[in-house]
Amino acid sequence: MRLMIEAALAAATALTAVLGPALQHPETRAAPALPIVVVAPGTFAFRSPGEYLKNGWPVDAPERTVTFQRGFEIMKDEVSAADYAACVADGACKASESGTASAALPVTGVSYRDAVAYAAWLSAKTGENWRLPTDEEWSFAAAERLHDDSLGLPQESGNPAARWLARYRAEAADDKRDTQPKPFGSFGTNSKGLADISGNVWEWTATCYTRAVVGNDGQVAHSTENCGVRVVAGRHRGYMSTFIRDGRSGGCAAGLAPDNLGFRLVREKLSLVGRMRLLAAEALQGWLG
Amino acid sequence: MLTRREALMGTVAGAATAALLTTMPEARAAAEPPSDISKLPREHVELVAPPFVHAHDQVAIGGPKVVQFHLTVKEQPMVIDDEGTTMQAMTYNGSIPAPMMVVHEGDYVELTLTNPETNQMLHNIDVHAATGGLGGAKLMDVNPGEQATFRFKATRAGAFVYHCAPAGMIPWHVVSGMNGALLVLPRDGVKDGDGRRLKYDRVFYIGESDFYIPRDAKGKFRKYASLGDAYADTLEVMRGLIPTHVVFNGKANALTGEHALKAKVGETVLIIHSEANRDTRPHLIGGHGDYVWEQGKFANPPEKDLETWFVRGGSACAALYTFRQPGVYAYVNHNLIEAAELGATAHIMVDGEWNDDLMAQVQAPIPIPTH
Repeated sequence: MRLMIEAALAAATALTAVLGPALQHPETRAAPALPIVVVAPGTFAFRSPGEYLKNGWPVDAPERTVTFQRGFEIMKDEVSAADYAACVADGACKASESGTASAALPVTGVSYRDAVAYAAWLSAKTGENWRLPTDEEWSFAAAERLHDDSLGLPQESGNPAARWLARYRAEAADDKRDTQPKPFGSFGTNSKGLADISGNVWEWTATCYTRAVVGNDGQVAHSTENCGVRVVAGRHRGYMSTFIRDGRSGGCAAGLAPDNLGFRLVREKLSLVGRMRLLAAEALQGWLG
Repeated sequence: MLTRREALMGTVAGAATAALLTTMPEARAAAEPPSDISKLPREHVELVAPPFVHAHDQVAIGGPKVVQFHLTVKEQPMVIDDEGTTMQAMTYNGSIPAPMMVVHEGDYVELTLTNPETNQMLHNIDVHAATGGLGGAKLMDVNPGEQATFRFKATRAGAFVYHCAPAGMIPWHVVSGMNGALLVLPRDGVKDGDGRRLKYDRVFYIGESDFYIPRDAKGKFRKYASLGDAYADTLEVMRGLIPTHVVFNGKANALTGEHALKAKVGETVLIIHSEANRDTRPHLIGGHGDYVWEQGKFANPPEKDLETWFVRGGSACAALYTFRQPGVYAYVNHNLIEAAELGATAHIMVDGEWNDDLMAQVQAPIPIPTH
């Protein structure tokens, strides 16, 4: 606990000194008080992320039924710039590229590594277990906001450019062109109560990039996983190297990149130890005022 | 053949040469006696915004004519990237680059420049294709509330830059958006080096800009209330010679996504690429320059089969390419940092049938086989 006290004191001091009035609200000085959505158990049709080949040609990923036996808890909003700045002030996160510390805006300009560092910091701070959602969890929670990235083209076309052009057209048609991060709630709330799903912030997931070969039976025959690249979820799926903070820089020469990179976290159910750590953190919060 | 330029450069020295020069009129001027311009047919052309170009004949029909264009200066804030960075811009007709004008060699260009009263600055125009008068700038200074017209003969075929050139603040006006291109086509059309005619199905007009936007103490781009407010800080960034933005058609991603250029396999495009201020090096990823007039002037034979070509700051280049393969092409400034980080990337969506002879996927990526 000694380490936590030191960290919290340092955070409080640093925030006041460095970031000024914008961050002096008590919410940001201690562990953020976050609206959580409980996603109920259920079943949905899930199209796997990654690239799939059949008989040597790119095809739509196979769709499969995914069941969540238990529900899970996920942040209603993306992590705010202010909450992320608190982690930066604690020395546990690298400053985001966005440069803002607003409590009303999602943090953007953050990499997968930054998101993982924030989850670790938040977990230590709260005594809870926070982590990035998997692409499956994110897609299930996205509900009607989930974009099916299948192209429905005739398969095994002899024209390798056909899928490429179709993907480009689909993403271009969906391109809203306003890449400025918007205040929470600007993109509305979905049927499960999550805000701003598929707005102009793409969200990091824990899921690794996969390339797979599908047999004639539709089953994955073999696959290669590259965990140096993770799935970013949003209006359309993206695949980004874990250190990329600005999708437009990290994208390819002839495709369309995510507008912004941010994230929201899933809270694992608390263990007994976790509960005790949370109580201690709350006591600390009270002491700091 | 001895030309005036070679002689003055000293490649042929001596008094005899100097004497010869005084008696030898410039070949081009001698070939065409002065016309009675008032009797020539007149044509008024409505300009269209880039990346498109007004309809024109690739081969001139009939004799020379007077072609009238009208440019109106618009001073206006313009967003130059996806982050909403706003520049206090100065433009001809509201676009960056300014609209392309197309005429034929031997035509007379009659250009009217209007500077509405609502503007703050004096403006003019220097057309690189024009001879004398600082390219027209000397005759065309217009204050807010004024309008002027001048005429020049298009004596040389090629793609040329035009830009604003007011005394004392030329570069600021140019890098704030006041530049465009004039295309002077040979009367009998564009040709390869062996005199065979080359035709194109469409023109892509790419105007590359280098912008210099001041930042605040936190490193964020500053936004100014007026041109005058922006001037001093902008000049300081300009003097550093490192642009904050290098973009095609006035804005990062102006020619990608929904605004991507479009062509079909088998179509030939003439790409006119102008940069009024700074050197650049266009490259078509997955394609080539079939015929490239790197310096933009059609009296010189085109270079063939280029991978990357060089556009000198203050010039426009012409490149002809026939698409042979479908896909999404990226047309970039091949300083790839400028292309990817500063904005100089355009996309061309090309539909059509794949040519397996030119390229085929022999084995799609699979796990490395183990033997």
